[in-house]
Amino acid sequence: MNYIDSSLKVVGTRPLRPDGVDKVTGRALYSADTRAAGMLWGKILRSPHAHARIVKIDTSKAEAMAGVYAVCSAADFPDIPSEEAFVGEGPMNFRDLAQNVMARGKVLYEGHAVAAVAASTPAVADAALAAIEVTYDVLPYVIDVEDAMAADAPVLHDDMFTAGVDPKPTKASNIAKVVKFKKGDVEAGFAAADVIIEDSYTTQPVHQAYIEPHACLATCAADGQVTIHASSQGHFMIRAYTAKLLGMDMSNIRVNPAEIGGGFGGKTLIYIEPVAVKLSQKSGRPVKIQMSREDVFRGTGPTSGASVTVKLGAKKDGTIVAAQTVLKFQAGAFAGSPINPGCMCGFALYDIENIDVLGYDVVSNRPKVAAYRAPGAPIASFAVESLIDDLASKLGMDPLTLRQKNMAKNGTKTHYGPTHQNIGFEQVLAAVQTHPHWKSALPAGQGRGLACGFWFNIGGESTATVHINEDGSVTVATGSPDIGGSRASMGMMVAEVLGVDISMVKATIADTASIGFTHLTGGSRVTFATGMAATQAAEKVVDELKKRAAMIWEIQPDAVEWRDGKAFPAGSNAGGFEPLDLAELALKAARTGGPVNAEVSVNAQGAGAGFGAHICDVSVDKETGHVKIERYTAIQDVGKAIHPSYVEGQIQGGAAQGIGWALSEEYIYSNKGQMDNPGFLDYRCPVASDLPMIEAVLVEVPNPRHPFGVRGVGEVPIVPPMAAVANAIKGATGLRMPDLPMTPPKIRAAFDAAG
Amino acid sequence: MSNLSYAAPTSVDDAVKLLAGSSGLAKVLSGGTDLLVQMRSGRLKPDLIVDTKKIPGIIGIREENGGFVIGAGTAGAVVEAHAGLNKAWPGLVEALDLIGSTQVQGRCSLAGNLCNASPAADSVPALFAAGAIAVVVGSKGKREVPVEQIPTAPGRTSLAKDEFILEFKLPVRPARSSDAYLRFIPRTEMDIAVVGCGISVTLNEAGVCTAARVSLGAVAPTVLLLADAAAILVGHTLDADTLAKLDAAAQAACKPINDKRGTIEYRTKVAGVLARRVAAIAFDRAAGKSTGKAH
Amino acid sequence: MAKQYVSATINGEQSEFLCETQQSMLDVLRDVIGLTGAKEGCGSGDCGACSIILDGRLVCSCLMLGVEANGTTITTIEGIAQGDKLHPIQQKFLEHAALQCGFCTPGLIVATKALLDENPNPTETEARYWLAGNLCRCTGYDKVIRAVMDAAAVMRGEAA
Ligand SMILES: Cc1cc2nc3c(=O)[nH]c(=O)nc-3n(C[C@H](O)[C@H](O)[C@H](O)COP(=O)(O)OP(=O)(O)OC[C@H]3O[C@@H](n4cnc5c(N)ncnc54)[C@H](O)[C@@H]3O)c2cc1C
Ligand code: FES
Ligand code: FES
Repeated sequence: MNYIDSSLKVVGTRPLRPDGVDKVTGRALYSADTRAAGMLWGKILRSPHAHARIVKIDTSKAEAMAGVYAVCSAADFPDIPSEEAFVGEGPMNFRDLAQNVMARGKVLYEGHAVAAVAASTPAVADAALAAIEVTYDVLPYVIDVEDAMAADAPVLHDDMFTAGVDPKPTKASNIAKVVKFKKGDVEAGFAAADVIIEDSYTTQPVHQAYIEPHACLATCAADGQVTIHASSQGHFMIRAYTAKLLGMDMSNIRVNPAEIGGGFGGKTLIYIEPVAVKLSQKSGRPVKIQMSREDVFRGTGPTSGASVTVKLGAKKDGTIVAAQTVLKFQAGAFAGSPINPGCMCGFALYDIENIDVLGYDVVSNRPKVAAYRAPGAPIASFAVESLIDDLASKLGMDPLTLRQKNMAKNGTKTHYGPTHQNIGFEQVLAAVQTHPHWKSALPAGQGRGLACGFWFNIGGESTATVHINEDGSVTVATGSPDIGGSRASMGMMVAEVLGVDISMVKATIADTASIGFTHLTGGSRVTFATGMAATQAAEKVVDELKKRAAMIWEIQPDAVEWRDGKAFPAGSNAGGFEPLDLAELALKAARTGGPVNAEVSVNAQGAGAGFGAHICDVSVDKETGHVKIERYTAIQDVGKAIHPSYVEGQIQGGAAQGIGWALSEEYIYSNKGQMDNPGFLDYRCPVASDLPMIEAVLVEVPNPRHPFGVRGVGEVPIVPPMAAVANAIKGATGLRMPDLPMTPPKIRAAFDAAG
Repeated sequence: MSNLSYAAPTSVDDAVKLLAGSSGLAKVLSGGTDLLVQMRSGRLKPDLIVDTKKIPGIIGIREENGGFVIGAGTAGAVVEAHAGLNKAWPGLVEALDLIGSTQVQGRCSLAGNLCNASPAADSVPALFAAGAIAVVVGSKGKREVPVEQIPTAPGRTSLAKDEFILEFKLPVRPARSSDAYLRFIPRTEMDIAVVGCGISVTLNEAGVCTAARVSLGAVAPTVLLLADAAAILVGHTLDADTLAKLDAAAQAACKPINDKRGTIEYRTKVAGVLARRVAAIAFDRAAGKSTGKAH
Repeated sequence: MAKQYVSATINGEQSEFLCETQQSMLDVLRDVIGLTGAKEGCGSGDCGACSIILDGRLVCSCLMLGVEANGTTITTIEGIAQGDKLHPIQQKFLEHAALQCGFCTPGLIVATKALLDENPNPTETEARYWLAGNLCRCTGYDKVIRAVMDAAAVMRGEAA
């Protein structure tokens, strides 16, 4: 069924979330909050070198220590052969995943895991790590993406031959692959342009910086069955990859989803679970591994840093007739940066006839990148949206008008294939135009920036079950970890379909043994895909309830109508029965065929693409280069906001992360290839006093492919901020800052250079 | 594994005895906001921790002979709430108040900030500018040491193994005197100073500076006391020429390094900027023209 | 090294425990006493997820030794509600959807409690600076600050 044009009672309201009380009282259990009898503490030894051959790992001293129960290194794990897979939110090879979890032969970045111990206390575990002797043969290393592409760069993998070029290279390099997209004839486009503009940009890797470090508790029973308690963006993902890396059957692993303290894409991979299982297998005891913040920074994925050039050609009237970009993305130590979406997203916002995109996926001696909100898109859009702003100045056009002139509409064919359908970019830009922020006069000395963003959003496999409990209350269980209020949305969609008050419905997350397969919480898919499964399960339950009422009334099921949480006879012909509510139907369930439940699995298609536009005002201290965000508005097409507060929250949080990416977040490396700022004091995420209120404006252009019109909302908001801030700085100072982060020293230096 | 011992003596004598008698590395503990971080990271592996917070007088603020005495372990939040200190030494109070978060303010102390001996310590330029005196206790009794003689190098002090700071004495404030402190950080909070500057001045009735102390943090291995810069201020009002000279003197005094928090070039320029801004606030305050916070 | 005996008042109850000297108060709360509401986001004072109120002052429990708790009075997130009645701050965090993942929430609520105990009528700027030591990566702070301001108003008896 489709509810887009129905009058809705629950969807669109703002009830309290079902898991809220536990989370405001400290009772909710996150990954590090559980213990088990006889539990040991697992710790991981990490490489101090950016690049080295492992000559020898001597664990004998550690093994002999009192209180040490197990030690392991790569030798204890199966040597996984090369197998291309889609891991997390991006492509990866299972061999690489295995070697990222535990280095084999070589360490490829500072922080790369080389061995692990399980001991009676954290202090004993630390001492045991210190007693492990690793002999390294230190190799030359490379950090920066351009350096890594140089002909004489140290090569990380001697079997890496650039894919996507013809003929296949015979010499190994750090370029994992080359990606190309073409539309029209870009040369002809530039030839026809009145104005051509080009610039180069760099972005730094930024960490997802979820506040909860990775942690897990693994217990291996005598019969080989394994239970893992961990937080992640997908407990089925943990099961699958742990099984793969340990050569186990999935049915022998059960993963309990702990509450998750943030992920943003960074918890779509595994790092510690196979290690904890291995240590538990070896020791016969439950093992808990808890990363420190340093471990998180040194050992887990940030997103790519990149260097990008963009060239645009336009007619005098502002029509962009040619667009070209070259993107070089850091993948970290193993292939698999989000170069593909990076190549697609920057120009996906505009209807441009001639496009040429070239992308490189490049490895270097840094942690392997992991997904981070709209992987790849923010980098591309920082460059493209900065250059569009400069194009507007060059043409003497308003930056909004220029975008409106070129915006993608329904029917615009993208350079990567699909044609846009049911998109709301036009409505988003119209909302910018009428928004008080855009219309307000700019306070003296400030600058205003506008930038836009796009993300595909994804669907995919999800399962949901709806149970009518014996008393008529309702439980909805799904396989999607709740990372920001999705329990509330699931419960609301089910309540809407059942026609009951939200207080009657409780949403839970079921473990891997208790519900059908569900893909990751990521790509902004949960409310869309899992929501679709939950809605359909609720509809099945309604059908079943109608049958039960028909049975009680001894009439035909199609003579029963479901309204406001009750079965009614459909019209006077059906008979004069008193309506039956959920409690009454539940009470009679045993006599009408047993419990009323439905489980629905879907492979959801038709996730509607999302567009957003951000307006940012800044002031800049010209002597120190300090930038203050004075006002910020984020406008986005969200399809349909099931729970508007959590949709706004996604937008505000994404914008704040983007502001951090723009101004202050970066990996700083020492001259030994070691990360110099692996803590929150010097890895500078925005704090409360850095930000103003962030106004989230929800534009609702329903996605017809979802019963309530939902499109994903979590990714788009991180795409525009970097260019929005950069364009605002340009407005305030006249300076184009092409390198992220736009730190005070860079801005002051730009002032000095400009004289 | 550590064999760490802990003691919380209730007198100076007991504390000194513990320190003197320790065979391994003994560390004095005030708020622990440096010590615990260093212990956790493995940079510091003490054998004995002597928690000073139970020693009478080491926490609290009192007036003595017209000047203030601040207990060495008094938490930042306590100092910030003290009306008299805010009036007489607004720069010192704001410098201490800039350290860390509200949570850190609940614990951090002047003594810890000074004895951790980081060149970027926020309260230290303000202490230097104030001409504060550290009252040091040890086996040989009490001695009074100008604060600028305490830190000797990053992480090092001139204190002997059995010594610690009991309290700080601030000089009597002449009329038309005040101070100010500013630091530059990339965010608005929760950063370590890229540059810090503390200035204390006394003016005559005409607004001409009669005494000044100027101090810079994070631009050299230790916090600097700038005699040249102070001399530029004395005998002048804050006219454009004096400000330009102050800016130049501050820049000239810098011997910074490139690190994750700033470059040599940037630190040097910003030192000049801050010196001008801080002087302006200190002069205004001394002249009774402003009472608000500098940051 | 023998363990240290410590006696403290935690959430209104007299509590006795043994801990290792190097254990932080956060480790003691989580691993010795079993109060896991305070979280470890960094272990170095930078994130505020471990916030507790110690003798009336907001501190990071990760920056305090367990042995230092002897003779003190401590409030953790588990001690903020009165029985099963939520504190107005907790209620407002829920109403304003001021949490997404909720990992920073215990620390933020404890820090807000300390703020409003000291300053019942903070400005938005004061609230933002007070809470600058509590990192939240999910919300962008907007709804957090709204919840804090609204809770303050309710506690002053002003708003509904
Ligand atoms: C999150 C965070 C943010 C921070 N931000 C800042 C900042 O913005 N600016 C800044 O300057 N600092 C900052 N710091 C560092 C620290 O908070 C300060 O240096 C603080 O003043 C240290 O005081 P303490 O009482 O906690 O010292 P402790 O950790 O107790 O001691 C520090 C050192 O001083 C010694 N010591 C302590 N008391 C005495 C005494 N009475 N006599 C002799 N030696 C003594 C100790 O042995 C130790 O070596 C920050 C720390 C953290 C964790
Ligand atoms: S865990 Fe204590 S401040 Fe982060
Ligand atoms: S709600 Fe996730 S960190 Fe704040």
